[in-house]
Amino acid sequence: MSYKVVHYINQFFANIGGEEMAHVAPELREGIVGPGLAFNQAWKGEAEIVKTVVCGDSYFAEHEADAKAQILDWVKAEKPDFFLAGPAFNAGRYGYACATICAAVQDELGIPVLTGMYEENPGADLKNKVLMVATANSAAGMRKAAPAMAKLALKMMKGEKIGASCEEGYMPNGIRKNFFEKKVGAERAVDMLVAKLNGKPFTTEYPMPSFDRVAPNPAVKDLSKATIALCTSGGIVPKGNPDHIESSSASHYGEYNIAGVEALTSEGYETAHGGYDPVYANADPNRVLPVDVLRDMEREGKIGKLHDFFYTTVGNGTSVANAKSFAAEYAQKLLQAGVHAVIMTST
Amino acid sequence: MVKEIERAGIPVVHMCTVTPISMTVGANRIVPTIAIPHPLGNPALSHDEEKALRRKLVERALEALTTEVEDQTIFEV
Repeated sequence: MSYKVVHYINQFFANIGGEEMAHVAPELREGIVGPGLAFNQAWKGEAEIVKTVVCGDSYFAEHEADAKAQILDWVKAEKPDFFLAGPAFNAGRYGYACATICAAVQDELGIPVLTGMYEENPGADLKNKVLMVATANSAAGMRKAAPAMAKLALKMMKGEKIGASCEEGYMPNGIRKNFFEKKVGAERAVDMLVAKLNGKPFTTEYPMPSFDRVAPNPAVKDLSKATIALCTSGGIVPKGNPDHIESSSASHYGEYNIAGVEALTSEGYETAHGGYDPVYANADPNRVLPVDVLRDMEREGKIGKLHDFFYTTVGNGTSVANAKSFAAEYAQKLLQAGVHAVIMTST
Repeated sequence: MVKEIERAGIPVVHMCTVTPISMTVGANRIVPTIAIPHPLGNPALSHDEEKALRRKLVERALEALTTEVEDQTIFEV
């Protein structure tokens, strides 16, 4: 008898389409779809994907409660031995959907689950709740990710003991596992020190927890005297994208002068973002960067001034390190320009 | 990015549709928006209705900026 598995994937991996199809509602299909093949092959008949749930990434993000309820109904009816989602690599909404639906299946149906994604994926925030295999940041990593996930999933289905995260390839989930190291602590410490002195990479055995939170700044006292700046990760740029901001994995940001611009028009502006359907933003860029209403409010004296420059980049697979350095840099410019507050919009 | 702006000492409000992601990245003032491809609009409405909707969302964002918060706060519209 082979174990029954239900697999969750998004519209892209189901070959329905890219961003233009991200709105599709969940759908249940028989057997394997797309990446399911790699899992079935790795299990060699010991386990098998019997049903595949396909759901658009935007649909899940925007109708989370509905999508969850529908998918839970299907999984409940199927009574599988295991629920698998992804892998999602660095796709943010997909990763979020995989982690969220896994948590729901695990908590509400008591079925063991596994997903996989890149460690910087926002979905990885649930790694202490849902077991997830760390993958590369693009689908090019499927060849490594699928066997690693398949192996761990089969172990879980068989009820075998799961080793430490460094042995099994899942993201550390805060649960300590005891095992014997080949070398004693003193030897490992010296190895690490030698590597460090030689400028070679080494891995700490006791990472410090990172709580990178910034306390909120005091509120703006008087809006009518405040200069408000607009920033976005939604990729709004002057038409033609003069600075060639990449549609994904952006390497830089843009700074554009909007002094005297009453509203963003489709003739003057567009989005460079490759991670959402650009039709609506291109038709009316104020839908992402609300210059029109802020101009009205400036005229009415509700705000002191709309800052002459806006800052923009594409938040699509862009590394956290890059995003951090872009904003750290332009925040200094905003500070020097005497900006009192910022509205950041994201898609 | 919101965190770096906040770190520089400027209050910032994050307007986005997937608020759990905004919580994860550490935004302190959050205003939920309409949809991923059109956070501050709704193409199903007439131009005037849509602009009024956008105005309401931006007013809520400005309200968030004038409200003292101690922790991450979602300002429902």
